[in-house]
Order: sequence, then C-alpha cells, then structure tokens
Amino acid sequence: MAHVTYTKMEGQSFGFWALLGLFGAIVAVGLAAALYMEHNGHWVTGMNNQIVWGTPHVFAVFLIVAASGALNVASIASVFGRQLYKPLSRMSGLLAISLLAGGLIVLVLDLGRPDRLIVAMTHYNFKSIFAWNIILYNGFFAIVALYLWMMFERRFNDYTKPAGMAAFLWRLTLTTGTGSIFGFLVARDAYDSALLAPMFIILSFAYGLAIFLLVLMAATRGTGRELGEVTVNRLKNLLGVFVASALYFAVVYHLTNLYITGKHDVERFILLDGGVYTKAFWIGQVFAGGVLPLVILFSGLGRSRAMIALASVLIVLGGLAQMYVTIIGGQAFPLALFPDKIVTSSFSDGVVGTYSPSLPEVLLGISGLGIALAMTTFALKILPFLPQTLADAAVDPHSKTS
Amino acid sequence: MSLDRRQFIAIGGAAVAGMTLAPGLRLMELAEARSPEESVTTLQRWGLLIDTTKCATGCTSCVDACHTENGVQSHNRPATDPQWIRKVTLKDKQTGYVQNLPLMCQHCEHPPCVDVCPTGASFKRADGIVLVDRHICIGCRYCMMACPYKARSFVHEDTTGQKPHAPRGKGCVESCTLCVHKIDKGENTTACAEACRKEGHNAIIFGDLKDPKSEISKRLAAQASQQLRPDLKLNNGVRYQGL
Repeated sequence: MAHVTYTKMEGQSFGFWALLGLFGAIVAVGLAAALYMEHNGHWVTGMNNQIVWGTPHVFAVFLIVAASGALNVASIASVFGRQLYKPLSRMSGLLAISLLAGGLIVLVLDLGRPDRLIVAMTHYNFKSIFAWNIILYNGFFAIVALYLWMMFERRFNDYTKPAGMAAFLWRLTLTTGTGSIFGFLVARDAYDSALLAPMFIILSFAYGLAIFLLVLMAATRGTGRELGEVTVNRLKNLLGVFVASALYFAVVYHLTNLYITGKHDVERFILLDGGVYTKAFWIGQVFAGGVLPLVILFSGLGRSRAMIALASVLIVLGGLAQMYVTIIGGQAFPLALFPDKIVTSSFSDGVVGTYSPSLPEVLLGISGLGIALAMTTFALKILPFLPQTLADAAVDPHSKTS
Repeated sequence: MSLDRRQFIAIGGAAVAGMTLAPGLRLMELAEARSPEESVTTLQRWGLLIDTTKCATGCTSCVDACHTENGVQSHNRPATDPQWIRKVTLKDKQTGYVQNLPLMCQHCEHPPCVDVCPTGASFKRADGIVLVDRHICIGCRYCMMACPYKARSFVHEDTTGQKPHAPRGKGCVESCTLCVHKIDKGENTTACAEACRKEGHNAIIFGDLKDPKSEISKRLAAQASQQLRPDLKLNNGVRYQGL
C-alpha cells in the first residue's frame, strides 16, 4: 500500500471548541460530583454496606475493559501484520490510553480516601490482584506510549512490531487482571469463576472496537476526511464477530453455573427473578448489546453508516448493562452463610441488597467517558494521529474503486 | 584463674543444667500472658466461642456493648451505618426451628480481606487478630467484596464521639478488632463477651485458642463446634456451637 500521511486536526473551528467545551463541562460536573461525594461521605450515594461498588465502578470497569479492547486495532496491524489496519493504529493507541485514564480517574475519585492515591502507588500487597492491576495499568500507559512513539518516529518504525507485541501481551494480561478482580472472589456466588478473565477479554474486544468505530466515524466526518467502505466494512464485520463471541461467553458462563447445583439460586436471581438485574441482563446485555447489533451488522441494515453507529452505541449501552449486572447484581445477591436457613438481621442478611444509583454517581461515571473523549479530541489537534485519508483506494490497492 | 577438678565439675554441671532447663523455662514464660510492652507473638491465638443455644432472642447486649466500647455511632441510616457486630436470626426452612447468634469478624487464619487488600491495610497480627491500618486504607472496599461474612463496614460519613483506643475515619473500612486494646492491656476479654456474661447468658467466651488451659480451649476440646463457611477453609478464630 501507499505511504500513509498523518495530519493533525486543524482544531480552529467553532465546532472543535464547542465539542471540547462540552466534554470539559461533562468532566467539570463529574469532578464536582466527586467533591460532593467525598465531602459528605458516601452515604449521599446509592452505595451502602451491602452494595459497596456502584455506578462509578460500572463506568470505570467498562472504560478500563474498553481501553484494552481499543488497542486491538493497532495489534491487528503490528502483531498480525494486517496492512489495512495500519493507518488506524495511532488512533487505536490514543483511545487505549484515554479510555484507561478516564476509567482510572473515576475509580480513584470514588475511593473513600482519594487523597491517599500515593499510598496505593507506594504500598503493594503482592497477593492482591488489585495491587497487580495498579502495576498493570501504569505499565499499560508506559508501554502504549512507547508503542505510539515507535509508530510516530520514522527512525523507530522497525520497532513497531516488537512494541506492538509487548503491548498486545500486556493488554491481555491487564484484562485478565480486571476479570480476576471478580473471578477471585470465592465467597460470592455470582463471581468465583475462572471464566470471568477470558470473558472480560472477549468483552473488551467488542466494547473497545465499538467505541473505536464511533470515534473514527466522528473524527473523519468532523475533519472532512474520507472514510472508505473497505475500512468500515472490515471493522463492522470484526465487531460483529466480537459481539457474537461475547454472547457465546455469556451463554457458557451461565451454563457452567447452571450445571453447579450450588449456583442455581444466583442463576435464578440473574436470569429469572432478579428484577432490575434480570431486565438489565436480558434487555440490556443480551438484546440491546448483543442480538440487535448482530442483526444490524450482518443484515442489509449494516450498509448504512448511521445503522453501524447505532449498533456501536447499542454495544456500549449493552456493555454498561453487562457491567451493572455483573458488578451490582453480583453484590445484590445475598451471601450464602447458612444453608437451609431463613436468615434475618439488621444488616440485610438473607435479603437482596438494595441499590439505586444516585445522581452524583452517574455524573461521576459519565465524566470518565468525558475525560476519555476530551483527551482524544485534544490529542488529535496536537499530534497527527489520523491519516489524511481512509479512502478505499488509499487503504486497499485492490479495492474496486482503485 | 585456675580450677580444681571439684570446681570444674560443679560449674560444668550447673552450666549443663542451665542449658537444659533454660529453654523450657523461657517457653513457660512466653506462654504466660504477655505484658503490654512485649511484642505480639504467635504463641497466642485469640478467639471467641459462641454458644447459640444460650444466645437469647431479642437481646442485643453484645451489640450495644461493642458499639459503646468502640464509639461506633448510628446516624439512623441503617443501610450505611457501620455494624461491627450484629444479631442474626436463623429459621430452619424445614422445621421452623429458630436460633440466634452474634456475627462479627471471624478473625480467619487465612483472611480473604487481607489477601485482596491492595495496600496491605488489612492485616493479621501475629496473635490472629485481623485489623485495618487506618493510615494506609484507601477506602477501595475490595475487602468488603471479599469477606464471606459481611463483617466489614465502610465509614460513610463523618464520625463523632471517637474513642482514643479505636480511631475511626470517614472513607475507611472498619470491623471488629476483637477489642484489641483490651487484649493489649492484658484484660483478656472483649466488650461483647463481658456484656453477655453480665446478662447471665454466657453465650460468648473469649480466650486463647493456643492455651490448652484456657476455658475456650477446654470447651472446644470437649464439645462439638463449627466454623462458618468451613468449605472455604479459612480456619476462623470465631467458633460456634449449637448450629
């Protein structure tokens, strides 16, 4: 293929500053919400002593998982040598960094003591998967930054492949770590499964690519760059495969649990009578986030850019629903302390935990997305992340239009 | 200095006797309750034995005593108020038989909260007491996710009426300390056990699980008892009878 020319976004237009202003406002509101939560204490949120991780964690974990998935496009180019994806690699790396930053900032701002971030960075309990994750997140920033440098600096272009390989292996480890935060919780019926680690990797493929596609379509459109059918179709089909794989993993995860008699109650809770969690699973995760996007992407509807964008938005919403079911639904189901007994206490023993998201939590969560998008928008202005054109003739010499 | 044979045998004999007896004497000394100046050792393992058959319906003396002792105050918000100890009522699904028991941190030998804590703020003392270091707890609540007993509470709002021996703070996680301040003063009891005894129920016995002469050890050796969630193999310091 021809040499790819990357250019910065001009970033002078009213539209650019308006967009940056919008994202900035979302971030400012989120920071104010975090300040409110920290000042008053967490009692002003929906979280309590039964549901200890709430909406901020839904957004944070979603963004962290999507971050590693967003890097896939670059990995396909560098590690698996697919030339078509090469012009997209820089933006893939950028989104990986910005999404992770957005997710981590939300996670940190929800801590009881966010002022002690330095403690988390200096005291490590190496038996804790959480401590390992802190190392994996920091390492991810460093490795992806290095990877981007190899891509940007022509003298170092030859090192793109080893750097891409390192980043690919690191991101697989990172998502394994994220899934294991839940997988290693032996006391809770909804977790305690080795399947969660590979499932999170598959989920990351779908969430990351959905966000990548949306940002790519918006950025090319906003900067008047051509985005050809070849690139869109390839990404669209890949997204469909990832969504199907995510559904497959959801089926296997629940079938595995259904085979284990001890887990029948929690499965019944999630799949049948868990109220909002059951709805979030079937309507959000399965239908909106899985079946509907698959129909759009693999039917004639998938020829429309607007429909592809809709499918991507649905995958993001389905992803948030999945995190809601996994994180909050998993906690809401009561701990099995006394089998064969009806348990009651002043501490919600034996009953489904109550939780309703509060406005500050939702605002903080959404601000994570705002941080990621603000970073991405600004970065596109200061460095040449986007190729001049993604027209079919430029990306694929064998395309019919060339 | 020169020694004759008689002196040599006398001094040598005394030295041998000293070397033989000293370790034993030293061990006996260590096995006694330590003074507050001494460091905590693994020679003790503190625990509780709870006889559910003696735990009275409607009695909350242990809960009240614990929360008074440690300055744990309610804000009349049950969902977010901390509870270091709670009364749990069990009703058998088949027979309808009702039991009561107090539930608190089980002071596991292999505590999941300690395993998952990213900073090491959750820790276990040498004598088996599981605690939170309030200086390095970042308030991530992962320990609460990991605890099989829901023994921990997050401090959701500003605290008032703190006790010097039980520092608490908004944004950190806390739980039963097994009245570590009493143990370190050599009082050998906990607020909950003391309150239960004063009520005349004697459902909670505190003691050293490693001291065969302690009441708790004797009871455990003579009668059946069980741990909660024994399948997790956490080897709890809190044992139950009559379940």
